[in-house]
Amino acid sequence: MNEMNITSAQYIADEGTNVSVKATIDGTEMFVPLDPANRHYAEIMSQVEAGTLTIQEAE
Amino acid sequence: MSTLKVNTIQDTTGNDALTIDSSGNVTASQGFVPSTQLSHRNLIINGAMQVAQRGTSTTSANTAGYHEGPDRMRRSESQLGSATFTREQSTDAPEGFSYSLKETTTTVSAGYASEAYRPLNIRIEGQNLQHLAWGTSAAKSITFSFWVKSSVTGTYSMTFLSYDSSDNTDIITNTYTISSANTWEYKTVTISGNTNANIRNTNESGLDIQWCAGSGSDYTSTDSTSWGDLATEGYHYGQTANVCGTLNATWQITGVQLEVGSVATPFEHRSYGEELARCKRYYEVLGRGGDWTGDRAYNHSSRIVNLPYWAVEKRADPSVTVYSNYGVSGSMSGYSSGTENAVTAVSDPSRYSVGRFITLTNSITQPHIGYFVADSEL
Repeated sequence: MNEMNITSAQYIADEGTNVSVKATIDGTEMFVPLDPANRHYAEIMSQVEAGTLTIQEAE
Repeated sequence: MSTLKVNTIQDTTGNDALTIDSSGNVTASQGFVPSTQLSHRNLIINGAMQVAQRGTSTTSANTAGYHEGPDRMRRSESQLGSATFTREQSTDAPEGFSYSLKETTTTVSAGYASEAYRPLNIRIEGQNLQHLAWGTSAAKSITFSFWVKSSVTGTYSMTFLSYDSSDNTDIITNTYTISSANTWEYKTVTISGNTNANIRNTNESGLDIQWCAGSGSDYTSTDSTSWGDLATEGYHYGQTANVCGTLNATWQITGVQLEVGSVATPFEHRSYGEELARCKRYYEVLGRGGDWTGDRAYNHSSRIVNLPYWAVEKRADPSVTVYSNYGVSGSMSGYSSGTENAVTAVSDPSRYSVGRFITLTNSITQPHIGYFVADSEL
């Protein structure tokens, strides 16, 4: 059972480098840093690893 | 039991060391060296439930996470089928306290074996627990004290998870008993130091404490009253009370203190300002009420720059949510027009500031107003 309901995730890039993830988590849109100590980023990567979530590429 | 009646104790050279007046006041004339620290004893932030930055009440369901109500007080993962609860910062509190955390069952659980209701879960950074010396022969005991009140009497389990530098998890449990329904009771729970494993010295969770208020048999079948590797079968060993089995049942807590040693001392009250600053390391609302107005970059028509610094440096780089002056999530509003302009990016949210820049959907022709929420909780 996931502790967070993540319904979307997309990288944000600046000059070609990913700098954050725009995600909708438990119904709230937030910008998540690429910091493993951030609980949202850790959960995103956990769900990606489990194959239940895909992070869309940056536009 | 014997009684010694004196009014003065002298050292071996005849100098007064302790004097006791007729009212029983004791004066240490040559200094006082305590075996435990006198201030900053309490390792729990917001233990008196004073700070509630997210709001004072919520109708949250059985989801895990940080809900409205007192800061730093998390509800742990629940697996309760259809059971739901409300959470609030209640003004019902024992003498000497103004607030408590209160959970109320609004939908009763059917009571499956795999269910567990954990209304409170506190996580502490590992780097703040190194003085416990766990993982060594000198590992120190810790003692919890708290006031609790529930409409359901019985035996309740507390779970302690520690995380070591190899990312292994150890568990130990203990219990307390609520004897009288709807009555504030003071409880203490002492846990022996863990000599088997250290606590990781990082900004991640080093100790995770969970209060259980109802558990199925899947989590109570193994004795976990001594430190050992995490086994879910012992997660809530000893739990028999079930708050989620009765409609409108309540569970409340305040005055939560964790200190080194095997003796509970009186609750260490801290000022609201001090507790608020501590809470902001993990969660902060910056600029609410139209306090922050930003303008565009000179070389980019839809970027807001010169973003503000957080009042308190965060535990880790936080997740950032942007709200307009009107409280619309993911938007900022024009200073003059009030028109909403959706946020498409926050670049590099950091523990120091909101980020490097914010990109809006439409070109910026006037300053924009908004506020920011940082979440760096454990």
